[in-house]
Amino acid sequence: MKTLVTGVIGSDTHIVGNRILSMALEKAGYKVVGLGALTPAEDFVKAAIETDADAVMVSSLYGQGELDVRGFRDLFIEAGLGDIMIYIGGNLVVGKQQWGDVERRFLAMGFDRAFPPGTRTEIVIDTLARDFAARAAGKRIADSP
Amino acid sequence: MSATRGAALLIDFGSTYTKLRAIDLDDGHLLGHGQGPSTVTTDVTIGVDLALADLGRRLGELPAFRYRLAASSAAGGLRMVTVGLVKELTAEAARRAALGAGAKLVGTFAYRLTRADVGAICGLAPDILLLAGGTDGGNAEVITANGRALAASPLGCPVVVAGNRAAADAVQAAFAAAGKPVMVCGNVMPEFGVLDIEPARAAIRQVFIDRIVHAKGIDKAQGRFDRVLMPTPTAVLEGARLLAEGRGGLAGLGPLLVVDIGGATTDVHSICDGRPSAPEVVVHGLPEPYAKRTVEGDLGMRHNIQGIVEVAGLERLARESGLEPERIRALAERFARDVERVPETAAEVAFDRALARAAIEVAVRRHAGEVKTVFSATGPVLVQTGKDLSDLPCVIGTGGALVHSPNPAGILAAALASADEPGSLRPRAPRLYLDREYLLYAVGLLAEVEPEAALNMALRHITLL
Repeated sequence: MKTLVTGVIGSDTHIVGNRILSMALEKAGYKVVGLGALTPAEDFVKAAIETDADAVMVSSLYGQGELDVRGFRDLFIEAGLGDIMIYIGGNLVVGKQQWGDVERRFLAMGFDRAFPPGTRTEIVIDTLARDFAARAAGKRIADSP
Repeated sequence: MSATRGAALLIDFGSTYTKLRAIDLDDGHLLGHGQGPSTVTTDVTIGVDLALADLGRRLGELPAFRYRLAASSAAGGLRMVTVGLVKELTAEAARRAALGAGAKLVGTFAYRLTRADVGAICGLAPDILLLAGGTDGGNAEVITANGRALAASPLGCPVVVAGNRAAADAVQAAFAAAGKPVMVCGNVMPEFGVLDIEPARAAIRQVFIDRIVHAKGIDKAQGRFDRVLMPTPTAVLEGARLLAEGRGGLAGLGPLLVVDIGGATTDVHSICDGRPSAPEVVVHGLPEPYAKRTVEGDLGMRHNIQGIVEVAGLERLARESGLEPERIRALAERFARDVERVPETAAEVAFDRALARAAIEVAVRRHAGEVKTVFSATGPVLVQTGKDLSDLPCVIGTGGALVHSPNPAGILAAALASADEPGSLRPRAPRLYLDREYLLYAVGLLAEVEPEAALNMALRHITLL
């Protein structure tokens, strides 16, 4: 069974969406390590080490995500988990911005996937399955469908 | 003796003294106490015989004891090293399990052990090593590597394995193949964020009874007692637990805190769930043990007096005692040299009082949780780490500095919450009690066989200040 670490990063208390996602992931057969709201970046790393996680799913809903996740991939590299799969989703930025631009910025920061607000859980579960299959085949992530 | 159920003898093989408490099993009253030196380095029997003679003198004659139970912190205490994976997670869980099992922690290690780490562990020569790492189904690699490295090292002490169950067989096999005693128990952190220290506590206690009692030479005096049940700090924790919870129809005192201020360390025990006392507080960090013990190795009234002076500062001690800082410095040096010294002059009494207040305040602050305000986009949120002790109804003090003081309540009150530090979740308005006869260890020992008599003894002799 694959293990996923989920949580809401930074000073963000919006737990509902993250909890709905976590429940859906559990139903889809994953072992979910839920860190909940107000989770510092370092805690994702510590939990991933201890539970030997296969992927980390970061939520951010309050618009400050871009600041909270600076250097997020580096923390994992530092901990020897540089190749771990990392997703992010939610209201990642403030103001009206093109999603394409936002996604590019987060991918450039080292996230394997970024998801816009309102993404359905089935989309995440489907993407995860394809990405894990791609990993097993020696690729970093799956090609776009 | 007209007692129908007889008497019990409760022995503490301490590092300095062999202490005895004799109690009447009918009503739990203390018949008397006796004391002898600690002679564990030569023959432990000598000290216990001197203590028995002392008790006999006080009682007229020794009764026939129905139970003779012992605890031990002699020969350096139960010296333990803990090893975990992530410092704040399984390494911290292992540390808490060891402290809860009454250990004297001499080293804590995290992540993959280097050759230097293994060398350092061998150099520490612990009595028991507790090896954790990984949640069940989580990281197995590091605990396996650490287990193999330790198995291949000159380390000879028993090892308790309380980590990822997926790695348990391999780790056990490594120690067994090296001919080293090993015991596997449940993981201290079976799932992320779940603390389960009872299996490790039980395993450590079993190893203590089976091996350490003999290794320390306590069993030389086995004609003088029936059983050594546990390390002394465990007995204190078990005594506190019984006193908090009550037994049968006899109510306990409710959730409580015990502050034991000694010559070398200050120990704090809390028996409570520690959940937030205010609504809408978010709790962060590793869950806290219901029965929690912390040991402050830098806060001791004699052996570690400099630690108290450093933490409190000369100015504060001067202000509290009304003495000049120079005088404080001189007194601290004198007390550190003469560790048996009981304060005599007015200045010494004032100094001892200021020291004890500082040690208690710092030890309880470290034991208690904290609450901080985090400013989120939706407004301020209170985040708690550690145990909330704000609403605890009872604080019990023990140790020489309290017992010999003319005003123990004034010293013990240093454990209380302060308006200057609203974030420190210390008790706000508890009742203060004094364990004048140093009975909690005896309560914990007797609780094993006669919990109601043990509780009676505690309720009768641990008194409100």
